[in-house]
Amino acid sequence: MSLTQDDVKRIASLARIEIDDAQAQAAQAQLNSIFDLIATMQAVDTSGIAPMAHAQEVYQRLRDDVVTESDRHAAFQAIAPAVENGLYLVPKVIE
Amino acid sequence: MTLSDASIAKLAAQLAGKQVSSRELAQTYLERINALNPAINAFITVDAEKTLTEAAAADARIAAGQAGPLTGVPVAHKDIFCTDGWPTTCGSKMLHNFVAPYDAHVIQRFKAAGMPSLGKTNMDEFAMGSSNETSYYGAVKNPWNLDYVPGGSSGGAAACIAARMAPAATGTDTGGSIRQPAALCGITGLKPTYGLVSRYGMIAFASSLDQAGPMAPSAEDCALLLNVMTGFDPNDSTSLEREKEDYTRDLDTPLAGLRIGLPREFFAAGLNNEVATAVEAAVAELKKLGATTVQISLANSQLAIPVYYVLAPAEASSNLSRFDGVRYGYRAPEYTDLNDMYAKTRAQGFGAEVKRRIMIGAYVLSHGYYDAYYLQAQKIRRLIADDFSAAFQTCDLILGPTAPGTAFKLGEKSDDPVEMYLNDLYTIPANLAGLPGMSLPCGFDSKGLPIGLQLVGDYFSEAKMLNVAHQYQRVTDWHSRQPEGLK
Repeated sequence: MSLTQDDVKRIASLARIEIDDAQAQAAQAQLNSIFDLIATMQAVDTSGIAPMAHAQEVYQRLRDDVVTESDRHAAFQAIAPAVENGLYLVPKVIE
Repeated sequence: MTLSDASIAKLAAQLAGKQVSSRELAQTYLERINALNPAINAFITVDAEKTLTEAAAADARIAAGQAGPLTGVPVAHKDIFCTDGWPTTCGSKMLHNFVAPYDAHVIQRFKAAGMPSLGKTNMDEFAMGSSNETSYYGAVKNPWNLDYVPGGSSGGAAACIAARMAPAATGTDTGGSIRQPAALCGITGLKPTYGLVSRYGMIAFASSLDQAGPMAPSAEDCALLLNVMTGFDPNDSTSLEREKEDYTRDLDTPLAGLRIGLPREFFAAGLNNEVATAVEAAVAELKKLGATTVQISLANSQLAIPVYYVLAPAEASSNLSRFDGVRYGYRAPEYTDLNDMYAKTRAQGFGAEVKRRIMIGAYVLSHGYYDAYYLQAQKIRRLIADDFSAAFQTCDLILGPTAPGTAFKLGEKSDDPVEMYLNDLYTIPANLAGLPGMSLPCGFDSKGLPIGLQLVGDYFSEAKMLNVAHQYQRVTDWHSRQPEGLK
């Protein structure tokens, strides 16, 4: 398999990364060499093998439904790019 | 012997005996950082005032008789750990202005132990790299030869230990990021069993593989540090609830009867001759100490790199979606709408390697490709882990080289991602299986660059691995050698 330049641009758009033609061209060659490396695993017969998502068999712990955190929103919002009245500011989404 | 040559155990004893204060120690290392860091670039942030304040608090604790075993010993932290009030950049422009509002669990533990921070060490951007060249803050230089890379991603941590700018450092290892730089810089580093050290506040790369661990000159040092770092944390959903261990307990156990497994795949084509010779010499040394060897096979380990470059980017593309210019970090100065703000922020804030991995991840998880890539990789991950389980039926520990070669020149592999990825050939399998692995120095090549050997143990066998490494280090001096011309 080989990615086209349009594929590269589509992937960049899925990843929300702006990319111009020159960058897409450079990325295309590098991504294709990486996917050539990845392709070596396609030949392995894995029928009947259970996928391994995690190194340890862990289960989500439950805890009592009580407040454990203090209110630190001022500290957390102090490092945000744009904040007003306790709200994160972003460009207008709905006209 | 100068202060900066002393082991952590020695420093702790001198602190307890009031022969030296934590402030004096911190001052000694800060002076070395001042003198050596401009050439090596191992630190992103140094803040002498903060360090000395923490050291003074440690001295007060010692004076009050409330010291723990390592109170007052300073340590350098990889800049991937959120540290309250310190810039935490993860080596990225994206977090250039980020001052963490809380402490990572690992940082909390070092603070509770009374160990002052010497600063935040340089690293590959978001821990993605094997040479420390992808850092927004510039490459780290290998203290053994400044034209060579220190390895990565914990390159700053390894280099600062090799140059004795710190007696101890924290690192993280997703595919070899503690062990490979430890090997390339001639120090000792350990990646624990997945789940032993909390990931809370450790900026995520690939969550099912990321694990923090200690880096220091010797195995004894690493055992002491591991005692500080491990423990259950309810803030990490994969943190393991187990009884606390003392990782120094087996250091002095003789090696008679130890069965070392040598995987034939780790000594096959692709391994540098000088590395092979040094590792074989180390095996001979361990046999003199009473160990026996057994040939084993990790047949599917050859697939570890392709599997890793599906799974790690997939997890990274999800983890790094949080960097969108809204809640923290960089935001592009100009944009037309919300989507444009995301796309420009991420295009400008991330470096080339990080973007490459996010794109690989987005692709392998995208509609129509999931089964062929992600699911297939997860199945082979199982085969790789099963190989290890079978091997541990016939041996106690697995031994091989840490990396296929010694340090390479700055810029030598930075244009060829695949060539760079192959550096982690021997380290990735342990991450995929979640097993503990460590690297320790076992010689030098003809260029005077350090060679590392790797031990991989069964789950929770850290004390055994540290025992073997310590016994080896009692009869060899590779780990105590230091680069010439730095002092």
